[in-house]
Amino acid sequence: MEIKRIQTPLDDSAIEKLKAGEKVFLNGFIFTARDSAHKRFFEALDKGEELPFDMRNQIIYYCGPSPAPPGKVIGSCGPTTSGRMDAYAPRLIALGLKGMIGKGKRSQAVKDSLKQHKAVYFGATGGAGALLAKCIVSSEIVAYEDLGPEGVVKLGVKDLPLFVINDMYGNDLYEAGIGKYRR
Amino acid sequence: MREIHTDSIVSAVENLFIDANINLSQGVFDALSQAIEKEESPVGKEVIRELINNANIAKAERMPICQDTGLAVTFVEVGQDVHVVGGGLAEAIAEGVRRAYKNGYLRKSCCDPFSRKNTGDNTPPIIHTHIVPGDRIKIVALPKGGGSENYGEVRMLVPSQGKEGVKAFVLDMVTKGGPNPCPPIIVGVGIGGNFETSALLSKEALMVPIDQRNPDPATAAFELEMLDAINRTGIGPQGYGGTMTALDVHIKMLPCHIASLPAAVNIQCHAHRIKEVVI
Ligand code: SF4
Repeated sequence: MEIKRIQTPLDDSAIEKLKAGEKVFLNGFIFTARDSAHKRFFEALDKGEELPFDMRNQIIYYCGPSPAPPGKVIGSCGPTTSGRMDAYAPRLIALGLKGMIGKGKRSQAVKDSLKQHKAVYFGATGGAGALLAKCIVSSEIVAYEDLGPEGVVKLGVKDLPLFVINDMYGNDLYEAGIGKYRR
Repeated sequence: MREIHTDSIVSAVENLFIDANINLSQGVFDALSQAIEKEESPVGKEVIRELINNANIAKAERMPICQDTGLAVTFVEVGQDVHVVGGGLAEAIAEGVRRAYKNGYLRKSCCDPFSRKNTGDNTPPIIHTHIVPGDRIKIVALPKGGGSENYGEVRMLVPSQGKEGVKAFVLDMVTKGGPNPCPPIIVGVGIGGNFETSALLSKEALMVPIDQRNPDPATAAFELEMLDAINRTGIGPQGYGGTMTALDVHIKMLPCHIASLPAAVNIQCHAHRIKEVVI
């Protein structure tokens, strides 16, 4: 399978080139955040406070890793189910977030936001936590340390393997794939 | 009476959970290797290739296969001629779990249902105990992740729904789960008994080795019929579309009440972590 290399930060022209079903190797930096961190992003926004990082052109990874063994950058770190973050995603995409990484289907509202603001949803292979950990070269906690594995961590990634699930053109790998192989 | 000290139970449980989470069992590894050949979708093949790489990396780097190292499910067969000394059996298992999740750098994924406060050490474990003849203790460790467990259900079917009703129920659960339980999945089906037995049977069904058929020929044929139907849904590896949605389907069945047809489905992900020891 052909694999495209992409680099963060992602601008509109990078997003325009991505199509559902493609495999990519991601390089640069991404930020982890899951349920509790998203709740805090919203609390901050509602109070008019700054977010812990600027969303513009960035990627959020829905992930809560296992503890890092001694001498390792991070523990096993596969994706968690993205649907739980559907309620939060459109507002962050409107603020300039360009990508999300997780597993599982997204709501129509999220898919509409991807189209409207030019962004993508990537799938990391669920349960491939050791393989994904090998692609993480640095890790630095940036916010909410009290949340433990749910804190916001900036990860440096090298050739992180991902599949484009939802692109900015309204294509959906889940729907297309199932349609093709249903007998 | 044979005496078994709780110390040996604690260390056996610790080793089992670390081993299960890091070293994918050969049976699952072989099933994934065969699934690459059988899968028709190029994307699906690529996903399974990642899973095999992942298993190899996990073993070499001593990292968990998946970051969701699960609730600690144990099945314990206690020989009736065993006398456990040094403390309680359940507490010894809990201590083994506590040590495994700490010393093995496994994620603690156990919390209060409402406050969501983490218990901090992945206890309490889930313990299913059976008393059996003999003077040994067999412990099976089955760390079970949340993504796949969330697509389990018990349904009290009407007897007239019969086999077709069970099959429709299984397909409904697999379709509902779609990509979320990380296909290729393994499906455990419990049929009969009563409400709670059917659920337990569905989990016990997951402990049957992949490709091992039910000893009853009709039930074995039903397993294969459901496997075929699941693999025609098109869900495929990771839900990206394909022909390998499930690696296997196992049925466990018991007689039930004349007025009932209890059925339960328990789904397991490709990260099927299971290890056992006999003390
Ligand atoms: S469903 Fe299984 S493989 Fe997927 S994230 Fe959960 S535990 Fe890991």
